[in-house]
Amino acid sequence: MRIFDPHIHMTSRTTDDYEAMYAAGVRAVVEPAFWLGQPRTGVSSYLDYFDAITGWERFRASQFGIRHHAAIALNPKEANDPRCREVLPELDRYLRRESVVAVGETGYDSMTPEEDEVLETHLDLAKRHGLPVVVHTPHRDKKHGTQRTLDVIANSGIAPELVVLDHLNEVTVDLVAERGCWMGFSIYPDTKMDPQRMVAILQRLGTERMLVNSAADWGRSDPLLTAKTGRAMLEAGFAEAEVDHVLWENPVAFYGQSGRLDVTPLPGFELGGEAELFEGNSILRGAAAVPVTAAAATVTGAN
Amino acid sequence: MEEQGGVRAGGPGARSSATAALARAGAPAIVVADELETRYRSGDTEERVLVLGVLDRIAAEHAAPDLVRSVGIDLVRDALRTNDPRLVAAAMGPFAGRHLGDHDWRHGVVKLVFMGVPLAGVARLDERADDELARMAEDLAEEREAAGRPIPDDLRALLPADASLEKGR
Ligand SMILES: [Zn+2]
Repeated sequence: MRIFDPHIHMTSRTTDDYEAMYAAGVRAVVEPAFWLGQPRTGVSSYLDYFDAITGWERFRASQFGIRHHAAIALNPKEANDPRCREVLPELDRYLRRESVVAVGETGYDSMTPEEDEVLETHLDLAKRHGLPVVVHTPHRDKKHGTQRTLDVIANSGIAPELVVLDHLNEVTVDLVAERGCWMGFSIYPDTKMDPQRMVAILQRLGTERMLVNSAADWGRSDPLLTAKTGRAMLEAGFAEAEVDHVLWENPVAFYGQSGRLDVTPLPGFELGGEAELFEGNSILRGAAAVPVTAAAATVTGAN
Repeated sequence: MEEQGGVRAGGPGARSSATAALARAGAPAIVVADELETRYRSGDTEERVLVLGVLDRIAAEHAAPDLVRSVGIDLVRDALRTNDPRLVAAAMGPFAGRHLGDHDWRHGVVKLVFMGVPLAGVARLDERADDELARMAEDLAEEREAAGRPIPDDLRALLPADASLEKGR
């Protein structure tokens, strides 16, 4: 099983997680910018964070054979803090980075006028940069929030196939399905969505435009829930090709729209399960731990 | 050793003595507002909780409460953005009950439901619970039900009287 986790916050995770993810089949991830649990109070901590998820974290992932790309945005919660909103003019230069394949995560937290404005700005940036957008749907007042998000997306004129609405559930998925946007599901140990409920949604609506992620972060979460969902799909009678479609081909197609996605095996990991062992240690060291090369072939366009 | 009014900085009693100084009668509103904001922004979580806790009394006692009130609302909104139940619960105290706008106040209530914090501590809950909050609660209950998850009692209590949800669980 090869897995692309299209939404995971690896800065909150340990190297044990990277090892376990690789062993479970994870070969690529996208890390959308989000908040840190403790609200930021200014631009500079934001910029350091963007540099971390496009720099150090990408390197860290590469040491474990996992391709790492980022999505960049001002988090919806922090969109409400005028001190953080100052980061908006800085986004352009990050959205030009090779490691950045999307704008995100943006969307609503409390559905304030400030959040409206920042969501519109993000959609505009995505259009100008020709990038996909990861849109978080709110925890509170989710149905209203999803509806309002879809309206803002429609008004922005962005192509629906460039947009994923994430953290969907049984109640909100149908609203999104009929608009042509991608549908994202965060599989959590106790809230949001679990593997069995995910399988039921896939049985009902099929596998097209479906993205399954762990959204693992500093909260109670599990970076292996993508793999567990794949197994639950197989147990429910889905074919391996269908599992591959959801867990690999779909995220490749979605983020491939950026023209920047590289999901080729990292140097030293070409043989999948075997070659990563380096002197009996699964952590690559020294010269072998060179980060992603620009020369590697890129996957472009939706397939 | 850094001391404040005879109390060891960071030691027992330091926070409450510092925060008590806020209530100094007669200080101009701008001084009080600035003091509240500085205490909150430079304080640790425990101190922030204390500041949130004195907002209502200070806003009520001060002769020129407008500035104090507007700083208080900023601080409450800041606390409501956190993921720390101590801060969110403290933010939804009497000051928010009296002064926080309806939209933010409803989101604060629902956020506490998400965090599993009992709503008993929400000031003026019965008085301010309106149709819109009941609508939000009903939507949330519908999601919980579709997910096969239990509906907590606090959420059930917010539902509209005619809610069509399965009542038994
Ligand atoms: Zn996220």
